[in-house]
Amino acid sequence: MPALDYAQDRERESVHMNPPQERQLLQVIADVLNLPVDRVTPERSPQNVEGWDSVQHLNLVLAIEQAMGIQFAPEDIEKMQSVGEIVEIVREKLSV
Amino acid sequence: MVSSSDLTPEAIRERIEQAIRDGDGAGARAHLLRLWTASPTPALAPFVVSRFEKLRGHVALTPCRVAVLRSFTVEPVVPLARAQAFAGGIDLDVRVGDFNTFTQEILDPASWVYNDRRQVVIVAAQTRDLAPDLWANFADLSEAEVEARVADLSAQMAQLLTTLRSRTDAHIIVHGLQTPPALAQGIFDGRAATSQADAVARVNASVRRAARELNNVYVLDYDALIGRHGSVNWEDPRKWLTVRLPIAADRLIHLAREWLRYLHPITGRVCKCLVTDLDNTLWGGVIAEDGLDGIKLGSGAGGYAYESLQRVMLDLRHRGVILAIASKNNPAEARDAIEKHPGMILKAGHFAAHRVNWNDKATSLRELAAELNIGLDALAFIDDNPVEREWIRGQLPEVTVIDLPADPMGYAAALREAPVFERLTLTDEDRNRGRMYAEQQARAQLQSSAASLEDFYRSLQIEVDVATVRPDTITRAAQLTQKTNQFNLTTRRYSEQQIADLAADPACRVYTVRVKDRLGDNGVVGVAVTRDGDGRCEIDTLLLSCRVIGRTVETAFLSHIAGEARRRGNSLLTGQFLPTAKNVPAKDFYRSHEFSAKSEHPDGSEWEFDLSKPGPSCPPWITLRTANGNPST
Repeated sequence: MPALDYAQDRERESVHMNPPQERQLLQVIADVLNLPVDRVTPERSPQNVEGWDSVQHLNLVLAIEQAMGIQFAPEDIEKMQSVGEIVEIVREKLSV
Repeated sequence: MVSSSDLTPEAIRERIEQAIRDGDGAGARAHLLRLWTASPTPALAPFVVSRFEKLRGHVALTPCRVAVLRSFTVEPVVPLARAQAFAGGIDLDVRVGDFNTFTQEILDPASWVYNDRRQVVIVAAQTRDLAPDLWANFADLSEAEVEARVADLSAQMAQLLTTLRSRTDAHIIVHGLQTPPALAQGIFDGRAATSQADAVARVNASVRRAARELNNVYVLDYDALIGRHGSVNWEDPRKWLTVRLPIAADRLIHLAREWLRYLHPITGRVCKCLVTDLDNTLWGGVIAEDGLDGIKLGSGAGGYAYESLQRVMLDLRHRGVILAIASKNNPAEARDAIEKHPGMILKAGHFAAHRVNWNDKATSLRELAAELNIGLDALAFIDDNPVEREWIRGQLPEVTVIDLPADPMGYAAALREAPVFERLTLTDEDRNRGRMYAEQQARAQLQSSAASLEDFYRSLQIEVDVATVRPDTITRAAQLTQKTNQFNLTTRRYSEQQIADLAADPACRVYTVRVKDRLGDNGVVGVAVTRDGDGRCEIDTLLLSCRVIGRTVETAFLSHIAGEARRRGNSLLTGQFLPTAKNVPAKDFYRSHEFSAKSEHPDGSEWEFDLSKPGPSCPPWITLRTANGNPST
């Protein structure tokens, strides 16, 4: 069955986020939130980043989905309340 | 030079940061365009926007303030639209109205929409929000109910547009309604007594009719936009259900670009002339190597892409865009191909000027602009060779360089999508521009063979018709105030609405001037606005198209304005000269017509003419006519 082959391919391909992917993710977050990339640390959140409002959150979701080639579920989006959580969720998505 | 096409995105970013640190606006802009053209995505937009914001003052940007009144989530379109606008030289400021409150925001006279001085108002409402039953409940509606919904919705939209129009000078762009992608009656819809697709189409037709009756209201064909980019991929139901964003993330850029097709002509960020390369752009292959029989051009497989591109260029010419050639070639071979190849859609006479030589193309473009008497920023440049494109971008940042894809099959679409050739209005002067440039060349020849300048003027048999503005010349008058840069004393830009308001003001006169000579009719080529008060007549605006500069038409025009001012009882005729980067040709206008200077500063001078003395008089070689029952003096 072609569908099965495809699934196996994906499993082989990506188990975890590799360093270039992680760098890319942090760069996207830095760009959308208008922060220098070295200041994008796991504890950054809507509470301590100026301008990280609901509109910016949606922009962040769209930018990450498009850049990383993934789709978030509605419950993922609610859970993404800090950079650390975003990295964790993207890592899970990429390792499915 | 090193081509940035070989660099990784990270390396290009590094160069952008370096160029910004060095204050090298042109360099930073060129790299930003490279990055953005390759990946116009939500992830990159914030970076591009923030870097262009740092380039304010270093690159030429035209500000544009837009309000978006909407029924759905449009916020993610904003960064994409701003990045795309920056790439085209527009500094876009967007304010989005509250969620689904567009009706209240239009109807409330105290609304921010009317107090926020926006140049453009976009009304983005969806069928499913405006008419949920037509969208999703169609099967439950009776024929009479469908008719009633169509009538109500048409009236509601017309009312909103009329209200908006009466309360703001802004240009208004209204999204057309979307036809539901899945019709309730399936394929039977087309034969059904009440068709769902038809119901939406009828509302759209009536919105278009209402818009045509109003000045500066444009209907954005939303169905056509979705169709061009694939309706199956347009929507993202998941985002619609969660955040009321109906458009898929990778389609948002297309809506942003559609807005810009309007914003470019609204802000005047348009090009008057397309300069094209020849080999591998206008035809496939190299004429000097492949010969007339070897180049690819025509309806066959190899030549179709080039034929399609030529057809787009011909469409642009009918829109009033001047065509010119810049090619590194032997002139005889290039001329041969253009005149003799049976596949050529464009003929030699379609090109207003050409530079076929071995000079670098920046030199050729500079010469073409000078020959056509237009600014470098009025030029767009198309060339298959990315090195030439990058060279022009670096050397002549004012020129709009149109990027072409690697595959020639995409050339026609790339040119068609360039927003710098969009026009909001099309006048007879636009349609005949190509012919007028040919007449201009004949005039230049006549001038070089005339014994004296006066002989040349006399030989032209110039006729000047001055009239007050009429409904059929308002569009052209507004267009001239928006586009004329060189012979323009004050460079005040007016919309059609503003021209109409000035014409209705009893203290004001809006004049248009039409120029004919024995070589051809130039159409309406000049505008003046005057305002009376306290015995003085002030010249608010006086401009002439570059097409008729240097034929003493301005003196004839001024003689009429002065005569009219005197006839109305004014004792003084006053005017200002406000210098810009481009209006040097108008600098000495008042001095040379014997006005006396009241004040002269670098940022402007004020002049007056005592109407108790005679003059300024019309040159004897010009026949001055006046229309609209205004007696001539």
